[in-house]
Amino acid sequence: MTNVPVEGIAIPEVAHPEPQNNWRKYFSFSTDHKVIGIQYLVTSFVFFLIGGLLSMVIRAELITPQADLIDRTLYNSMFTMHGTIMIFLWIFPSLVGLANYLVPLMIGARDMAFPRLNAAAFWMVPVFGILLMTSYFLPAGTAQAGWWSYPPVSTQNPTDSVITGEFVWILAVAISGVSSIMGAVNFVTTIVRMRAPGMTFFRMPVYVWTVFSAQIIQLAALPALTAGAIMLLFDVAAGTAFFNPDKGGNPVLFQHFFWFYSHPAVYVMVLPIFGVFSEIFPVYSRKPLFGYRVVAVSSLLITTVSVLVWVHHMYASGTPGWMRMLFMATTMLVAVPTGIKVFAWVATIWKGKLRLNTPMLFCLGALIMFVFAGITGVMLASVPIDIHVNNTYFVVGHFHYIVYGTITMGMFAAIYHWFPKMTGRMYYEGLGKLHFALAFIGVNLNFFPMHPLGLQGMLRRVSSYEPEYAFWNVVASIGAFLLGMSTIPFILNMVGAWVQGKPAPDNPWRAIGLEWLVSSPPPVENFEELPVVVSGPYGYGKSDPLVENAAALKEG
Amino acid sequence: MNLKTIVGIGVYVAVLIAASIWVGQQAYGWLPPQASAESMLIDDLFSLFSAIGTFILLGITGLVLYTVFTQSVSRFDTSDGPHMEGNVKLEIFWTAVPLLLVFFLAAYSYQTYQQMAVRGPMDLVHLHHMPGTTPTAYAADLEPEPVEEVEVYAKQWAWSFRYPDTGVVSADLHLPVNKRVRLLMTADDVIHGFYVPAFRLKQDILPKRTTEFEFTPVREGIYRLNDSQFSGTYFAIMTANVVVESPDSYRQWLARAAAQPAVPAENPAYSEYTNKRLKRFGGWKTIAPAPPPLVNALAER
Repeated sequence: MTNVPVEGIAIPEVAHPEPQNNWRKYFSFSTDHKVIGIQYLVTSFVFFLIGGLLSMVIRAELITPQADLIDRTLYNSMFTMHGTIMIFLWIFPSLVGLANYLVPLMIGARDMAFPRLNAAAFWMVPVFGILLMTSYFLPAGTAQAGWWSYPPVSTQNPTDSVITGEFVWILAVAISGVSSIMGAVNFVTTIVRMRAPGMTFFRMPVYVWTVFSAQIIQLAALPALTAGAIMLLFDVAAGTAFFNPDKGGNPVLFQHFFWFYSHPAVYVMVLPIFGVFSEIFPVYSRKPLFGYRVVAVSSLLITTVSVLVWVHHMYASGTPGWMRMLFMATTMLVAVPTGIKVFAWVATIWKGKLRLNTPMLFCLGALIMFVFAGITGVMLASVPIDIHVNNTYFVVGHFHYIVYGTITMGMFAAIYHWFPKMTGRMYYEGLGKLHFALAFIGVNLNFFPMHPLGLQGMLRRVSSYEPEYAFWNVVASIGAFLLGMSTIPFILNMVGAWVQGKPAPDNPWRAIGLEWLVSSPPPVENFEELPVVVSGPYGYGKSDPLVENAAALKEG
Repeated sequence: MNLKTIVGIGVYVAVLIAASIWVGQQAYGWLPPQASAESMLIDDLFSLFSAIGTFILLGITGLVLYTVFTQSVSRFDTSDGPHMEGNVKLEIFWTAVPLLLVFFLAAYSYQTYQQMAVRGPMDLVHLHHMPGTTPTAYAADLEPEPVEEVEVYAKQWAWSFRYPDTGVVSADLHLPVNKRVRLLMTADDVIHGFYVPAFRLKQDILPKRTTEFEFTPVREGIYRLNDSQFSGTYFAIMTANVVVESPDSYRQWLARAAAQPAVPAENPAYSEYTNKRLKRFGGWKTIAPAPPPLVNALAER
C-alpha cells in the first residue's frame, strides 16, 4: 500500500495556522514531526544533564568507603532518580525524538500518521518530568526503592501521607508508559501505511527497520508494566494486597510484571541505535551496508526473542531450576541476531574508504564498547555466573556499557550526523572530536572498574562499602567526573553551531537517502512532490539514482 | 586468498588464542577466594567465558583498528569503496558459529548448574533428583545428604541465625568445614538476599516464606555475608560474618554459646538510626530499623 495524496481538497485555515518560523515554534503545540523531534531531543537532553548531575553526586559519595557525604535516604533517592530520569526522560524521549525527525523523511512521508497524537505524546514528557521533579519537595522526599521499585520496599511508607515520592514516581512512570504507547501506535502506523511510492520494505533504511522493531516491542510489552504500575499504585495508596505478602500477595509477581516489559525495553533502547550504526557506517566508509536484508530482518528476530527472556533478571529470586535453564537458553539466543549485526558492520567498514569525522568516531567507539557489553551480557545470561554477580557492580558495569557506551554514544553520533540536516548549519569538527575523546576515555574509566568490583562482590545500590573496594571506586569516580566534563564541548558545539555555524549544504556527507534530497532544514511538508523510489538505500560505489523525480522534490 | 593473507590470518588467530588462554588463567585472580565447593565450578565456567570473550573482543577490535589505521582517507577524498552488498557463505558462517557457540555455552552452564545442585524455593522439580542427571560434584569425598541445618532470619536491617538442635541464636553464621549445609531462610518484612562473595552463591529470601538453600563450605576462614536485594535505607550495612571452622571448634563454639544468656546483638543500622550526631547532608524520614535480635553468641569482630 502506498499513500497517494488526494487532489482538490482544500484544508481549512483553522486546522493549520501558519507555523511560526522562529524559536517560538518549539514552545507551541506544533504538529510538524520535525519540530516535535527537536522538542523531544532538547527536552530529553535537559533531563540528561539533571540525571548526570545526580550521578556525579553518587560517584562523589562512593569515592570513599564510608557514607560521609549525604544521608543514606538521600543517596537511595539519588540512584533511584538517576535511573528513572536516564531511562524514562533521556533515552526513551531522545530516541523517539530522533525517530520522529527521521522516519517520515526516510520513508518519503509528509508527516507522521497521527500528527496531533504525536504532539500530545511529546507534551506528556515535560509534564511527567516536572511531576517527577516535584517529589523532591515532598516532606518524605522522592522515591527511594530503585528504578525497579520492587515491593515490599517500595510499598513501605514512613509517613502518614498517601502522597509520597513513590506515589508520584508511579504516576510519572505510568504517564510515561501512556506517552510511549501513543508514540508506538504512531510509528508502526506511519511505517506500515505512509511509505512513498516504490518504498518497499526492502528499500527502507535499516534505521526505519529498527525503529519499527522497537516500537512493536513497545506495543506488545508496555501494557504489562503499566498494569504492574497501576497495581503497585493501589498497593501504595489504597492498601490492596496484590504484592503484599502480609495479606497473601506475592511480591515476585511484580517482578514478573516489571521485567516482562523492562527487559524488552532495553532492546527498545538499543535497536534504533543499531539502526544509527547501520546508517552511519556505510556513509563514512563509502560502501553499502553488508548483508542489508539479513541485518534488517535480524531486528525483527531480536523483537521476537526479547519478550522471551525476562526471567534472567530473577535468577536469584527463588526461580525454580527448570525456569532458570529455559531463560538461560533464550537469553543466549539474543547473541545470534546481535552478532549478525556486529559482523555486518565490521564487514561494512572493511576495505572501505574511512572518513574519521565525529559521527564515525562515535560509532566506532560505541561498536567496540558494545561488543564488550555483549560479552559480559552472555556471561550474565549463564545462570551459575549470574548467581555470583547478580545485583553486583558487574551488572551495573555491563548495562552502563550499553546505555552510555552504546546508546548514548550512538545518540551523539546521530545528533552530529544529522545536525546539518536539522539546523542547516555545520557543527565544529574540532569540538566534536574533543567530545569523543573525553567521552570515550571517561566511559571506559568510569564503567570498566565496575566489572572487577562486581566480581569481588561489591553490591549495587550500596551507600557505603568495604575498604578493599576503594581503589577501583576512586578510578570509577575520576572517570565519572571526566565523563561529566565531556558534555561541555558538546553543549558549546551545539549551541554555537546552531547560532553561528557555517551554512550546511543539502547533503554535506554525500549520503544516500531521501532525507538528503531535500533542503537543510527541510520545509514544513518535507517534499514538494512525493518521491518515487527506484533503488535500495545503500548504493555506495554505484551511481544508481535513488528516486526518479529528484529534481521535483525541492521547491524552486 | 594468496599465501601472504593466509599466513597473516594464521598469525592473527594464534595471537588471539594465546591472549585468550592467558586471560582465561588470569580470570581466577579477579574473584574472591574459593570458599565453597560450588565456587570452584563457577570459577571454571567464568574462566572459559572470559577466554572466549577475549577472543571475540580482541578479534573484532583488531579488525576495526586495522581498518581504521590502513583505510582512512582525507575528509576531502571523494572516492568510493568497492560495492560489496554481502556474501551469503560468510553470513551463514557468522550466523551458525555464534549459534553453535551459545548452544555449547548454555549446555556447559547447564551441566555446571546441575553439579552445583543449588536449591531454591519452589523446588518441586529439582533437577538433582531427576533420572539421568550427573551426580553432584565432589560427591566422592563429601557427605551426599545435608547434615547441618541452620535457620536464617533476615529483617530490616539485621541477620540472625538459629541452630535448631541446640536452640542457640547467633549474630554470626558458624559452619563446619567440608559439610553440606542446608539453610532455612525467612524474612520478616521485605525481600532480602543471602550473598557471600567467597561462596559465589546468592539467593533471595522472600517474606513470609521459607527458602531452602544448600551449599558446601570447603575453606576455613571468616567471610562476609551481605544483603544482596535492595532492602531500604540501611541496606548497605546489613552484613554479618560467616565463620567456617573445623568440626571440633564448631562443636565447642555451639556448646559455649548454648551456655550464654540471650542479649541484644550489635546492630549498625539501629545505632546509626538512633545516633543523631552524624554530620551528613540532607536526610528524610525513614522506616525505623527493627530492634536488634536477641542472641546467645555475639558477633566476633
